[in-house]
Amino acid sequence: MNKNKDVDSIVVRIAGDSGDGIQLMGSQFAVSTALSGSDFATFPDYPAEIRAPVGTTFGVSAYQINLGGGPITTAGDAPDVLVAFNPAALKVSLPMLRKGALVIINNDSFTRRNLTKAGYLDDPRDDDRLVDFQVVAADISRLNLEAVKEFGLSKSEGGRCKNFWALGVLMWMFDRDLAPIEDWVRQRMAAHPTLRDANITALHAGHAYGETAELAAALPQIELPAAQLEPGEYRSITGAEALALGIAAAGELADRQVMFCSYPITPASPLLHRLTRLGELGVGTFQAEDEIAAICAAIGASYGGMIGVTSSSGPGIALKTEAMGLAVNAELPLVIVNWQRGGPSTGLPTKTEQSDLYQAVYGRNADTPIPVVSASTSGECFDMAIEAVRIALRHMTPVILLADGYLSNAAEPWRIPDMSSFAPIETNAVRTSDDDPQRTAFTRDADSYGRPWISPGQPELMHRIGGLEKDVASGHISYDPANHQEMTELRAAKVESVAGFLPPQQLECGPDKGSLVVVGWGSTYGPIYQAVRSTGTSFIHLRYLSPLPGNLGELLSGFDKILVPEMNAGQLCTLLRDKLGVHPISYSKVSGQPFLISELIGKIESLKDEPS
Amino acid sequence: MSQKLTAKDFATSQEVRWCPGCGDYAILKSVTQALADVGARPESTAFVSGIGCAARFPYYIESYGFHTIHGRAPAIATGLKLANPELDVWVVTGDGDGLSIGSNHLMHALRRNVGLKILLFNNEIYGLTKGQYSPTSRVGTTSPSSPRGSVDTPVSPGHFALGAGAKFFARGIDIDKVGMSDVLQQAHAFHGTSLVEIFQNCIVYNEDVFGSFTERKNAANTQLHLKHGEPMLFGEGNDKGIRFNPGTWSLEVVDATESPDDVLVHDEGNAVVARMLIDLHMPVALGVIYRQPAVSYEDAFYSHHPSRMQRTKSITDFITGPSSWTVD
Repeated sequence: MNKNKDVDSIVVRIAGDSGDGIQLMGSQFAVSTALSGSDFATFPDYPAEIRAPVGTTFGVSAYQINLGGGPITTAGDAPDVLVAFNPAALKVSLPMLRKGALVIINNDSFTRRNLTKAGYLDDPRDDDRLVDFQVVAADISRLNLEAVKEFGLSKSEGGRCKNFWALGVLMWMFDRDLAPIEDWVRQRMAAHPTLRDANITALHAGHAYGETAELAAALPQIELPAAQLEPGEYRSITGAEALALGIAAAGELADRQVMFCSYPITPASPLLHRLTRLGELGVGTFQAEDEIAAICAAIGASYGGMIGVTSSSGPGIALKTEAMGLAVNAELPLVIVNWQRGGPSTGLPTKTEQSDLYQAVYGRNADTPIPVVSASTSGECFDMAIEAVRIALRHMTPVILLADGYLSNAAEPWRIPDMSSFAPIETNAVRTSDDDPQRTAFTRDADSYGRPWISPGQPELMHRIGGLEKDVASGHISYDPANHQEMTELRAAKVESVAGFLPPQQLECGPDKGSLVVVGWGSTYGPIYQAVRSTGTSFIHLRYLSPLPGNLGELLSGFDKILVPEMNAGQLCTLLRDKLGVHPISYSKVSGQPFLISELIGKIESLKDEPS
Repeated sequence: MSQKLTAKDFATSQEVRWCPGCGDYAILKSVTQALADVGARPESTAFVSGIGCAARFPYYIESYGFHTIHGRAPAIATGLKLANPELDVWVVTGDGDGLSIGSNHLMHALRRNVGLKILLFNNEIYGLTKGQYSPTSRVGTTSPSSPRGSVDTPVSPGHFALGAGAKFFARGIDIDKVGMSDVLQQAHAFHGTSLVEIFQNCIVYNEDVFGSFTERKNAANTQLHLKHGEPMLFGEGNDKGIRFNPGTWSLEVVDATESPDDVLVHDEGNAVVARMLIDLHMPVALGVIYRQPAVSYEDAFYSHHPSRMQRTKSITDFITGPSSWTVD
């Protein structure tokens, strides 16, 4: 790869052992990318083990970032630059690389032992396996240790600075300012002055290596066009950060405090960690003893007048199911966030999937409908969190918000919204004309079927709620057959009524009639968007999954074929068939990896070629 | 100050639907009386229950009430108490609800010391599901699910509670008005989780399982009513007492008239003696067995929170994040 000013965007992949500090290095490079004014998207791809056996292929942790002029909506199909800290990282990443890619490898790690652990019989540096790539073999371990020698660290402590050394090289390649990273290191490692200084020194040493080393000729400097983003103030954001801010913003819009109750689970925990830092926004966090207690405490908090929110991933959501039914029956507001991951059972905890759609829409005992919404991008997690709270409070119902493992960790530039553009979140008024507070508590709004939110502590309104069936009008326990029929219909009508408050479904791009439309939901937005743009295909992306937008059926009727790419075995296809009677073509990918743009383009083109 | 309420003010118009003769009726009376006696306000009182016969309780108390799902009442009540620490939150549970399906939540409520008053109705049987043996049933209990007698070792509510780190454990008998009144008032006054085990007679499926010590005519000889700072005396005219046997490391009955100096004085803060009192079979220890004041969870939660759950800043102060840039 030569110095090339014509490049629009470039994909960088950093890979090494899970103990090499890859995620930290990647996220700091992303922050620097954001500040440089490029558009970008990231994909942290790490193993389930915290410290998997060193040097093995399954212990490889990687961070991929696509940066450039944009619009960039995915972390990129094929890396242009690979930084491989060991043979295993090289082995795992090689098949993904673009032909001609620049491969920076840590020479020192290519020992016989490490080659064997990676499953290499021969050293790939010695034969033609790297012939398609430009290889820069640098003695990263040795050069780093020399750079930090003055600090008197042990060999292992000093060695841990090598991610900053390599980051320095990338910073030189992309002509970046080192100051923001130095500031971050100073703040983060304030309590450990020696480590702090060693890491900053390693960063500078890597940068100097790029500038002065004799290899500089092979190491290109890359200039990228500035991002074509709408004017405004931007920041870098992950889905977990955006969702945390969205929940806190919803609390402010509703003028209620938020109580977030959850139990640790991958990949949902980052939301808990983020929310613990938002206390001054009237947000409390409670780490419960299990998933069931987490949702139950959130229900208790909602009963007490705060916005109860819980979060988990598929297996944890399964445990919460009974309590969701209670919230439905008691008509209490609640938000349940599901960061979907590969399954079934423990499955692929750190890999992404969107296979809990059935669970969200259909997965409860009895006729227990719950509105389901989803977020398409990291930034959109903010908006959909507000939407989820708005629906929960208006209709007095639990709401499921589907996100996924990819969104939780993926960073992108996000235009900071103007909070005055969001309407306040309203709750239903208490109509106290009736002398029986039980009836007052269950007097519902005619349009939303939402009841007033009456919490203990309010005088003269003492009433009882619970999981038993209640009379449709009086709210008292009822075992009357006709009443149960009526209440079942009412619960369904309540969820259907959500559609009446939604904006009509729009096309993301493309003509509103034609031979083919691609329909997506969730984090597949990024790759689908690129694929439809390059093929000129119509594209509909859903944020509201249950109920579906009222005009969706009509929109879809304008097309001969409907293609639904999903990271599951065809769950949205089933839902569309069930609700709208259409027959979409499923394009399923369940490898734990997001779709590649090229895969989608291939599928779209094959359908366009096919006669209808 | 509002007008003083009576027990009747805490009764609802709902028809009570327990079996005739059920011990729950007496407990309900004691609870409404205790609420009146402690000056509780209906609007600031909430009863949260799980599933089982006892769980019907909220329908019969004039206060806020939440009849939830099996075993989860302590978790729901924890969320409620965190949302509004000013409330008096009572949890009504049973041996199946609290010590089987919901034992995890009970354990964690106790170790956290959440400000909940938990009434554990122990009848050593599953009543609502028609009489299966429960986690407190004695070995050999015959029931529809154990026709040849149950084989599992029962759990001791008192040992469970102390093992979990409970700071308040007391016992009462459903029909013992005086004892229940005392125990409920003490439980109400405690700042943290107060667990009250109530020996409750299930007239249909496990009648008189506690008969050996609950019968009124022999109560003096079978019940030890504990009072903090007072000697552990019982029997007709308090002629018997409890002493510590250092040889066996257990408690034993002593003739109080012959050896008055041997009789232990009840110290609620002594967890070692509390454990021995829990194990005492005849007489059975009643009243407040253990009490050790500590910071309640909600107090710790609020004092640890940067703004005591108030919104002291706006989302616009946080939304920009650590660094931002402008695109023109």
